[in-house]
Amino acid sequence: MNIAFVIDALVTVIGVTTPILLAATGELVVEKSGVLNLGVEGMMLIGAVTGFAVALNYGESLGDWAPWAGVIGAAVAGAAASMLFGVLVLTLGSNQVATGLALAIFGIGLSSLIGASYVGMVIQPFNQTFPDWLAADPIGRVAFGHSPLVYIALVVVVAVGYFLNHTRAGLILRAVGENDVSAHSIGYPVIAIRYAAVAFGGALAGIAGSYFSMVITPMWAEQMTAGRGWIALALVVFSSWRAGRLLVGAYFFGILMTLELYAKASGFSFLPSQFWAAMPYIMAVAVLAVMSARDVAGAEAPACLGRPFMPNN
Amino acid sequence: MRIRLEKRLTPSRIMQVATPIASVLLTMLLGAVIFELIGFDGPDAIWQTFITPIVAPYKWVDVLTKAAPLIIIAQGLSLGNQAKIWNIGAEGQYVIGALAGAGAAFAMPADAPSFIAIPAMIVAGILGGMAWAAIPALLKTRLRVSEVLSTLMFVYIAMQVLNYLIGGPWKDPNGHNFPQTPPFSPTQTLPHVIPGTVIPPGFVIAGVLTLLFWLLTARSVYGFSVRTVGAAPSAARYGGFDASRTVWSTLMISGGMAGLAGILEAMSQLGQINLGFPSGYGFTAIIVSFLGRLHPIGVFLAGLILAVTYVGGQVAQTAVHVPEATAGIFQATMLFFILASDILVRYRLRIVRDPRRTAPVGVPA
Repeated sequence: MNIAFVIDALVTVIGVTTPILLAATGELVVEKSGVLNLGVEGMMLIGAVTGFAVALNYGESLGDWAPWAGVIGAAVAGAAASMLFGVLVLTLGSNQVATGLALAIFGIGLSSLIGASYVGMVIQPFNQTFPDWLAADPIGRVAFGHSPLVYIALVVVVAVGYFLNHTRAGLILRAVGENDVSAHSIGYPVIAIRYAAVAFGGALAGIAGSYFSMVITPMWAEQMTAGRGWIALALVVFSSWRAGRLLVGAYFFGILMTLELYAKASGFSFLPSQFWAAMPYIMAVAVLAVMSARDVAGAEAPACLGRPFMPNN
Repeated sequence: MRIRLEKRLTPSRIMQVATPIASVLLTMLLGAVIFELIGFDGPDAIWQTFITPIVAPYKWVDVLTKAAPLIIIAQGLSLGNQAKIWNIGAEGQYVIGALAGAGAAFAMPADAPSFIAIPAMIVAGILGGMAWAAIPALLKTRLRVSEVLSTLMFVYIAMQVLNYLIGGPWKDPNGHNFPQTPPFSPTQTLPHVIPGTVIPPGFVIAGVLTLLFWLLTARSVYGFSVRTVGAAPSAARYGGFDASRTVWSTLMISGGMAGLAGILEAMSQLGQINLGFPSGYGFTAIIVSFLGRLHPIGVFLAGLILAVTYVGGQVAQTAVHVPEATAGIFQATMLFFILASDILVRYRLRIVRDPRRTAPVGVPA
């Protein structure tokens, strides 16, 4: 095993980890506020197609800024999609599991509909943050050779961890997720806070989706997020709702997914390639089992997770 | 003047029937407007999607063929949903059921008589689906793993099992290197439709199952226990209904139904298993379950409506050139409407004239 191989592998790990880290960080905030949004996959796809469409259509007029416009577009689209979920779940008190699934199905359909005319087109990949000379040598490439979204993901997860644990607003958000009735009775706007959390989760899922269509493969393909949205949901459970563990867990899953890619490409595997493709999902179930068994009292999950709250109006 | 919500003591019967119908109609209306806005002939697209499959007799076979697996899977899912046990992974159980049935077919001599081959494959299919749902059931009852995520993860694992088997050990040696199994023998297949009719064999089974599920939910203690576990877990415990037995039974029944749907589809429609076998019925059945308001008769009708949108989606694709994804959007929109209107079943809308008079009474749902 030589250095170049290790460098390649590390770069791949960072690449595949970034979207699940972004999406899971968003979902962490949503779940901390007591809402379970299973529609991550759908919001990611809507973000993916929107980011691509914006970057493609404004590629000429905006030049270097087009990818940034794409990312912002993806965030706005993801947040807008999440508001559909928000109105149903928060204002109309609908079942969160079913509504989240509806959002996932809707996102898959809508993104295919919008994306139908973009199939086969290519944009400039959004994969450079620092000047070339910084990323020239192998070590530099690991540190500096990535898309801006990679660094944004790291900043966001740290910021969310700080927000949740060290700010007053974060404390209020957690209070809403732990005991909505009490939070309501001492005057916090439970529903408004949950709307904000859901929108934030949608925006990050949208950005996560744009990573697929603007960085990994700078083109659009139907269902290109390939179930990573569901992995992000498992990751939140894996993290036991803590930002630090979320970061570690995301890289753990990233390594697993990289193994799959390498097993497929090199043929060194003695196990069938399908085994490696199934590996992240098998591991997701395994970690769910370990984390749930440890948390027998259910103490780590936000107490109001998934429970509708209907204040009297 | 403003609108106030008052919780109903019992869910409204009228609303339970009216809201699904309204959801379908609103979906059609919204669909027409959106298609018009994005540059298609809106009314025509809706006509082709929702009406053509019903009025054109040559589409009836297609509709009933698609309705059969949707109804069979959704009957099982509805039972679990009543207990608030969410089996999201019917698609995986459907695939594994079909593979198990195919395994039984390949294990027996190809000329085994039909009266042995067909029941053996069907039983294997049901057991396959149950086995795939058993792992999440075990994880849920032993380790408290949420079945929502585990059943879903097993869909992705099932897809890889399928890819492995049809591309490896079970690959058709005469299949021009396509990833597909050899065809089932004539004694291992069911006809597309019952000869002389437009009714596929799976649809007959779906009809019989609808009746059985109605008896089970409306007329048995078991059905009552499932509803109680869902509506009032502590009352169910007090009444002696075991929650973990409900988890097991509902997941076994829904997994078995999905497996049954899978092997029936393989035996009567494809005659083999190939890459295109997983067609999303397991996911669409979730919509069927909610659109049918978890009631066996409602599920039967909802299965027909969703089947119409599948067939109609293809009609509209060729006639009005709307993209293929259209059917999925209609299906999701219908689910959005039905979930949104759920509030009308549980609450009464009151128009309050004097806002100062409303006394705040907490109604945590």
